[in-house]
Amino acid sequence: MTHITSLHWIDYTVMLVYFGFVLGIGVALKRYVVNSSDFFLSGRSLPAWVTGLAFISANLGAQEVIGMGASGAKYGIATSHFYWVGAIPAMVFVGVLMMPFYYGSRARSVPEYLKLRFDEKTRGFNAISFATMTVFSSGVSLYAMGKLLNLLVGWSFGTSILIAAGIVLFYTFMGGLGSAIYNEVLQFFLIVFGFAPLVFLGLRDVGGWSGLQDRLAWVANANGFADGAYTRSWAYMGNAAANPVGVEWFGLVMGLGFVLSFGYWCTDFLVVQRAMAANSMSAARRTPLIAAVPKMLMPFLVILPGMLALVVGQEAPKPRNDVAATPAAAVATRVEHVAQTSAPAYGQRLAANGSQTAIIEHSRGIIPPKIDPATGEPQRDNRGRLVLDYDLATPMMLVKFFPAGLLGLGLTALLASFMSGMAGNVTAFNTVWTYDIYQSYIRPGRSDDHYLRMGRIATVFGIAISLAAAYAAASFNNIMELLQLVFAFVNAPLFATFALGMFWKRATGHGAFTGLLSGTLAAGIHHGLTLPAGAHAGIKGGYFGVVQTFPSELAQTFWTAIAAFTTCFVVTIAVSLMTRARSDEEMKGLVYSLTPIQKDTDEPWHRRPAALGAVVLVAALALNLLFW
Amino acid sequence: MRLDIRWPIGLMFAILGALLAVYGGVTLGQPGTAPGGVPINLYWGLVMLAFGLLMLAGATKGRKKG
Repeated sequence: MTHITSLHWIDYTVMLVYFGFVLGIGVALKRYVVNSSDFFLSGRSLPAWVTGLAFISANLGAQEVIGMGASGAKYGIATSHFYWVGAIPAMVFVGVLMMPFYYGSRARSVPEYLKLRFDEKTRGFNAISFATMTVFSSGVSLYAMGKLLNLLVGWSFGTSILIAAGIVLFYTFMGGLGSAIYNEVLQFFLIVFGFAPLVFLGLRDVGGWSGLQDRLAWVANANGFADGAYTRSWAYMGNAAANPVGVEWFGLVMGLGFVLSFGYWCTDFLVVQRAMAANSMSAARRTPLIAAVPKMLMPFLVILPGMLALVVGQEAPKPRNDVAATPAAAVATRVEHVAQTSAPAYGQRLAANGSQTAIIEHSRGIIPPKIDPATGEPQRDNRGRLVLDYDLATPMMLVKFFPAGLLGLGLTALLASFMSGMAGNVTAFNTVWTYDIYQSYIRPGRSDDHYLRMGRIATVFGIAISLAAAYAAASFNNIMELLQLVFAFVNAPLFATFALGMFWKRATGHGAFTGLLSGTLAAGIHHGLTLPAGAHAGIKGGYFGVVQTFPSELAQTFWTAIAAFTTCFVVTIAVSLMTRARSDEEMKGLVYSLTPIQKDTDEPWHRRPAALGAVVLVAALALNLLFW
Repeated sequence: MRLDIRWPIGLMFAILGALLAVYGGVTLGQPGTAPGGVPINLYWGLVMLAFGLLMLAGATKGRKKG
């Protein structure tokens, strides 16, 4: 078996210490799990900083660490839009305005809120689609992990995913949500400590941020963009053709910043569940706000390694005017340059496959091209351009910069991110399955013990389905884009339903249900009628015929989300107005206008959600301006 | 929840930090251990050790208070 690097005893020791602690936490917390509320909601006993870090960590799964590194290499610093536009405002919104309804109502899950606010069918639709999505996501995550570890250190695919899934199963089975949350906090710090030296060493290698800017300007020119296209987040967003993301500002702000982001952060039970485990209403509301602080710094940790992977390990570029008069010349010079100076371990690995020259010539920085498994040759898109394996950007950085010891830490951090993401999915799944599906439709009215047992059984079969999904998962160039697509279909209309449910008391169950269905349908139709440039009709869209072509897959995803949201919003209002609303009495604590406003003026400012939210928003704005 | 989470975090980072720092110290000067001339195992091990001890100090203080 060929692989990129191998581990020493010190690397394995680091990994074993980590495994020991995560398993130990499961054992230590088992005795606190007495009833189903302890298992599914951690007995609502955790302080805000713990739930806050778990909130961020459950989201910091493989899609984040690997996917955002990949996007960093693909799109540059504009990837930060996923954070400063596509996360922070929604996190502030859910903490300040929506948490009072989630935590304050009697709901134990997000689907259950829908049942209380609307009706059974709306809850059922959400619960079933959500449960499916969580097991599927953790399957995709497992698949990616198994493939990656196999490539990096030669572990067998089956063994790696079985061990990782086994560990997650053990600690969630034992300690439930509390154990998952404790481990998520531990994993959060491990991910930070595992990746921070990567950024430090990488930046040092290229001469700091200004050195990175200079080198990426060269990459930008080679791809036909202006100098700053990879290092400025907003400057080139006026025109989709002028930036590597292939999206213009309106699609970005509406599609990502509003529809997708609010749809995910404000309605996804995976994250909301962490806040619901907090020990008080105030702590629940502060959970996403506390999470927002590390979230807005995350781009430096996960995006920069991807950007660095494009340019590390090479001599500083010559002044641009004598390198390239035209983009084509730049590419020619660059290929030669890369062939001379970059000898990634990956190249050595491929020497065994007999195509080393091709690989090194076509690598970009230390990112290798995707290899066609059938021919062993680099893959090309339908315009003849090489398809790079962007998901390897961050892992290749680890291999390049970390010596034995730190490499063990880096890989453990990677494993930690897979596990925290998976545990997030598994705990959300077992709760929704047990409360919203099993207790509601299959076996209502049983004892609490019965449901606690079912929660544990659901943990086992949830993980079993994930493992099956991992074996079946198809390969995509960028994990994040696949998940964004799934979010677009199922989650995009959701925020319309919740926003109308929480802030418009006239919205009805029939309206919500019809709205959700038509929103999801609209997403499918929109996706089926459009295609990103350079793609073939099929999984990428266009299956009903191509009416419109988008400059990039992300642009298509954002506009699909906008179509879904708008349809759901309009249909929900129209149907609601035609159907009978519930009485005000029934909706107390579930709708804004029928719920007493939370007073927090006697708390110090840093414990007040509104004040904290304002500080977070100003900081996010400052970051946007800094990298404008 | 009655277990202060700072105990496991502090303990784990103290152990991992000490492990890396000692390993970094022992292998100091060996080829391939210092990317860009930085003995990173030693330095980063010490940083992690300090973080671990800080967490443990917090947990100890919390126990006295509680």
